[in-house]
Order: sequence, then C-alpha cells, then structure tokens
Amino acid sequence: MSDTLAELSVSLWRGAQQGRYENYVVPQRESQTVLDVVTFVQRHLDPTLAYRFACRVGVCGSCAMTVNGKPRWTCRTHVAKVAGGGRLQIGPLENLPVIKDLTTDMEPFFAKWQQAKGVFEPSKTRHDAIAQIRPDSRARVAVDAAIECINCGVCYAGCDTVRWNSEYLGPAALTRAWTLLNDERDAGNVARLQAISASGGCHACHSHQSCQELCPQALNPTAAIAGLKRRTTAAYLKGEIKA
Amino acid sequence: MTVRLYVWQRLTAALMVPLVLIHIAVIFYATRRGMTAADILARTRGSMVWASYYGVFVAAAAIHAAIGVRNVLTEWAPVTERRAGSFAMAFAVLLVVLGARAIAALVLP
Repeated sequence: MSDTLAELSVSLWRGAQQGRYENYVVPQRESQTVLDVVTFVQRHLDPTLAYRFACRVGVCGSCAMTVNGKPRWTCRTHVAKVAGGGRLQIGPLENLPVIKDLTTDMEPFFAKWQQAKGVFEPSKTRHDAIAQIRPDSRARVAVDAAIECINCGVCYAGCDTVRWNSEYLGPAALTRAWTLLNDERDAGNVARLQAISASGGCHACHSHQSCQELCPQALNPTAAIAGLKRRTTAAYLKGEIKA
Repeated sequence: MTVRLYVWQRLTAALMVPLVLIHIAVIFYATRRGMTAADILARTRGSMVWASYYGVFVAAAAIHAAIGVRNVLTEWAPVTERRAGSFAMAFAVLLVVLGARAIAALVLP
C-alpha cells in the first residue's frame, strides 16, 4: 500500500432509521476509495460497523452509500475527488429503510422492479429458432443505451420524486421496463405498459434528471422514462391499455 | 399521475399555447389603442366567437390547473390520492364557475 499522506476526518452513520453520525480518524492514502475508508474503520477501529460490498470493482452494485450528501458507488469513488478539506460524511442510501449503519434494506427497490414488470416474458420456446436482432436496429440501440444498470440504487436514492411519492417506481425499475419494451423477443409489453401507466408509474417523473447526473454507469434514466411516457401515451390513445 | 391524467394535462397545455398568445395579443391591442371598458364590451357582447374562445380557455385552464394541484397535493401534502382528487375536482369546479361568470359579463347583452 502507499504511504500515509495525512488524516481524514470521517463521519459515519451509526444506528438504524434513528441514529447519529460518529466521527473517526482514518489515514489518507493514495488512490484511496470511499469503500477503503469504510473498510478501514471496520477492520481497525470498530468491527461492529455494518456495510455492504461484494466485488469492489464497480460491477455488483452493492456498495452504494451517501457520500458528502450525494449517493455514490463507494468502490469507484476516490476520496481525493469528494473529500473537500479532508472531510467525509458517509451515510446509508436515502429513500430506503436503514437496517444498520450504512446498510439499507433494498427490498422496496427490487419490489418496484417486479411491479414495473421488469421480468423478461419469453415469446418463444426452446424449440424455436434463436431470434435475430440487428445490432443497429432502432430498438436494439435503445436497449444498448439503457441495459448496463448494476442495480446499485444510486438513482433511486437521489430521486426527488421517490422522496415525495413513495409509490413512484423510480428510475432504475422504469429503465429496466424500457429495455424490455424494446426487446423484440419479449411478449409482456401490454401488461408492462399497463403497469407503468398506473399511479406511481412513469408519468410521476418530473424530469429533474438527478438520476442521469448521478448514475455511475452514465445511463440516462430520464431519457428512458421520456420514452416510456411516449409509448404509454400512444398505447392509451390507441386503446391498447386502460387508465 | 396516471396516463389518463397525463394525456389530459398535456392536451390542455397544447391547447392553451395559442389561446394564451391570442389573449396576450388582445390585451396589448386593447391597451395600446386606449380602449375603454365600454369600447371592449361593445365588441364582445353577443359575440359567439369570444364566448367560444374564452369558454374553451376556461375549460382547458380548469382541467389543466386541477390536475396540477392534484399532483402537488399528492406529493407535498399529507393527504391520500383520493382526497387530493376530490379537492382538485372542487378546485376545477370553482375555476369553471369563476370563468363562466367572467365570460357572461363579457358576452351577455
């Protein structure tokens, strides 16, 4: 490991929904990530600290936390970029129930994934030929732009509409619905359009674009939701779905 | 907001774009020419054109604003969606009544 440069003043949320921030002093190192800081506290200062991580390389989407007021993937967030004045405040993701310390209950997030019909509905059986999808087709290009979601919950935690409207499905679930809507092999689009047109669906989005700004994968859920608004409106006017 | 309310709000917004522009243009025309209330009423009384124009305007504004108020209440006030809907409906009726009164004063002889 690199040499210690200085000390970081780190404030971590301790407790559940009710709790408080507690301060720790952590040695600052070169190329140190926020997850490294949290891990240092747990390994060296307080083993009772609860947090969640798995891959440590930005693939699994487990380690998102609120860092100095903004939701971020902590394993790929360098301390040098976010710790102004050597200070870090790290809390659990917002808009989700806190289990303990930095760990949130992701159940509502994934329940909305189901509610938005984010599950692939096959239109063929194993006996049919494999579907031929042209990579440059309009639908596939739309899928490509939105498919790399790692389910980290950063967009959900940063969304004003989720904060104000607990029924709102949120950017990630709706982006998932958008990719399936553009999947030529999927057979569940009428039910999906119906599900995302209900109260709390895509029309609740105010297009604040926090999801787009915060998404660690540089996806644009706002654009996906705008696409959903167009498609649901067309389906409603054609009588394919009911209000 | 459901897709039905979304469509109604967008449709009424699109409808009001030209109506607002004409309304503002008329205000400029009337004030720049120094028209008095009597001058204006002489032109609007008995006019089906102005009655229809402002009738559509009032209806569109009542629908549009009520859906907006419903959304604000749903997100910001501690009320159920059903209650927000009832309040918004009452607000729409109020706007229609006030608008109808104004139109009557403008076009009825």
